[in-house]
Amino acid sequence: MAVCVAVIAKENYPLYIRSVPMENELKFHYMVHTSLDVVDEKVSAMGKALVDQRELYLGLLYPTEDYKVYGYVTNSKVKFVMVVDSSNTALRDNEIRSMFRKLHNSYTDVMCNPFYNPGDRIQSRAFDSMVTSMMIQVC
Amino acid sequence: MEAAAGGGCGSGPPLLLSEGEQQCYSEIFARCIGAAGGGAGSGPPEAARVPPGTATAAAGPVADLFRASQLSAETLHQITELCGAKRIGYFGPTQFYVALKLIAAAQSGLPVRIESIKCELPLPRFTMSKTDGEIRFGNPAELHGTTVQIPYLISEKNTFKRMDDEDKQQETQSPTMSPLASPPSSPPHYQRVPLSHGYSKLRSSTEQMHPAPYEARQPLVQPEGPSLGGQGTKPPRHQASLIRSFSVEREPQDNSNYPDEPWRITEEQREYYVNQFRSLQPDPSSFISGSVAKNFFTKSKLSIPELSYIWELSDADCDGALTLPEFCAAFHLIVARKNGYPLPEGLPPTLQPEYLQAAFPKPKWECALFDSYSESMPANQQPPDLNRMEKLSIKDMADFPVPTQDVTGDDKQALKSTTDEALPKDMSEDPATKSGLLPLPPALPPRPCPSQSEQASEAELHPQLNRAPSQAAESSPTKKDVTHSQPPSKPIRRKLRPENQATENQEASTTVGGPASVGAVKPHPTVQKQSSKQKKAIQTAIRKNKEANAVLARLNSELQQQLKEVHQERIALENQLEQLRPVTVL
Repeated sequence: MAVCVAVIAKENYPLYIRSVPMENELKFHYMVHTSLDVVDEKVSAMGKALVDQRELYLGLLYPTEDYKVYGYVTNSKVKFVMVVDSSNTALRDNEIRSMFRKLHNSYTDVMCNPFYNPGDRIQSRAFDSMVTSMMIQVC
Repeated sequence: MEAAAGGGCGSGPPLLLSEGEQQCYSEIFARCIGAAGGGAGSGPPEAARVPPGTATAAAGPVADLFRASQLSAETLHQITELCGAKRIGYFGPTQFYVALKLIAAAQSGLPVRIESIKCELPLPRFTMSKTDGEIRFGNPAELHGTTVQIPYLISEKNTFKRMDDEDKQQETQSPTMSPLASPPSSPPHYQRVPLSHGYSKLRSSTEQMHPAPYEARQPLVQPEGPSLGGQGTKPPRHQASLIRSFSVEREPQDNSNYPDEPWRITEEQREYYVNQFRSLQPDPSSFISGSVAKNFFTKSKLSIPELSYIWELSDADCDGALTLPEFCAAFHLIVARKNGYPLPEGLPPTLQPEYLQAAFPKPKWECALFDSYSESMPANQQPPDLNRMEKLSIKDMADFPVPTQDVTGDDKQALKSTTDEALPKDMSEDPATKSGLLPLPPALPPRPCPSQSEQASEAELHPQLNRAPSQAAESSPTKKDVTHSQPPSKPIRRKLRPENQATENQEASTTVGGPASVGAVKPHPTVQKQSSKQKKAIQTAIRKNKEANAVLARLNSELQQQLKEVHQERIALENQLEQLRPVTVL
């Protein structure tokens, strides 16, 4: 179950960031921010190979004591970052991948809306509800 | 639904209604809901959201109803308090029924107390100033209570439903049961007529209560006017629902199809939407791209987030393009929003694409009709003022005769040529072109009698042309359209006259063969009759043609100029893009 989900634009500012409300949200924002460096590192490492073959799912970016941070980059350099509770050991890689895939699909749907300008904050209710489902899902 | 059921009766006993009373009350309740615009929900003005699935009656018609009961204002206040509506802020079904019972009690002379309603009472009597009110409220027996009841029973999720079942089992036979037990006599017809009157009365009465949203009503009143007789229930109800913007927020009820009045698309609305769709995209089975739709809907002057949300609701397959049903749904939502209706949480069932496609398989046959003149509409037909456009188009559409297949290829050609020259103009011209172009079909079908029809159609077209505003630019396309539609038939006669209608049949068929295909075959019998009149008509037409040509040539040159400029801009932008490109590649 994701504790925090963030969508970061190509220019590294957040398009959408949402955390489980109980916690101190600033902590998550900070984690997401620092994880961007790791994302860039991974992307540049992989980037030497053909860009086409670069996989979108980046995997575990870095683990902390309480949380694990996973990353995913789209071909337009939009990053999805997900913070997951470490205590949730049942979460497997496949599940994380599927969650990112859902995120990506919802993001594509948002992009399809002609009234959405790329670079705006994401305010789509469908996207919101999808993220909510992800955050409550794997309790 | 805790509030409605338990809270409604407060600490009082559960409400027991006889079957007759149940029928009557639910009928009245349905009316009040219907009058409010299919809506559930009056919440407090802060729009505290009533949970979906609650059927609640609008304050407006309820207040009218109570006044119609001829009780004093004080009594009515007491009743409202007792039934619990004051406490929770709205009339749920329970509160409403309790209120009705209390009214009955008060009218029978009993004190207004909860205990009064325990005993069996006659039905409450309501009289309005007009007799229609009596029809509406005084004779529930003749109105189809059953079919109305059922959706409400389904949609109500409170304990009241259980009470209904209990009541039915109990079969308490009050004296009022017998007349009500008789099956409804002629439900649909009977209901429709008084409803249409009833709503006009309601509207007039609520006008006093809600002077503010008047403007929103006006434009819609007109388009509904001509179609009122034709449609019966739906447009008045729909119109009332659209028009009504109460001070209290309402939520449309999405449970069953029946109460979905604000989200139900009526026939003429549907036609209008299809018409608009065709102006953007001639092929009804294809899509409107996102950018085109965006430009179009932006003209409605709703805020971008709202438009974004409407798009989200209506683009069911999230492909960034709108098919015809999706477009209709989106347009409908926009119209509703402009009229003060809050947007629903999810797409209502009556606006789902499958439902719309099933309910309105029309677009196929409308093809022939719309093809010919929709193409002549400017590419970006943008309704700045939706209401005005609606009014114009619906009024025009109401003028159409039954569409025939006489709308032929030559019309298409004639109009196509004007399309090339009629470039996207701004909005003020659109109504003009529309009003000028739309009357064309009436002119065309009567081609079988071209002589008479020509006179008639010319006469028709003249006033219609006069309707177009003074701008020469747009009147010229219309004129040209008019005259273009005329000439195909004229050459026949011009050739015929010198030959003195000797071999007119042959001539008619041969000369007309190419462009004017269909109608041409028919004119032969009647051509002989009015050749002299035709001569004059032809001459005037020629003059008009020449004028139109001159104007259009001017237009053409201007537009070519604009085109050049735009090309240059494009080249400049492409250059810029090229320069910027290496920088952005990561």
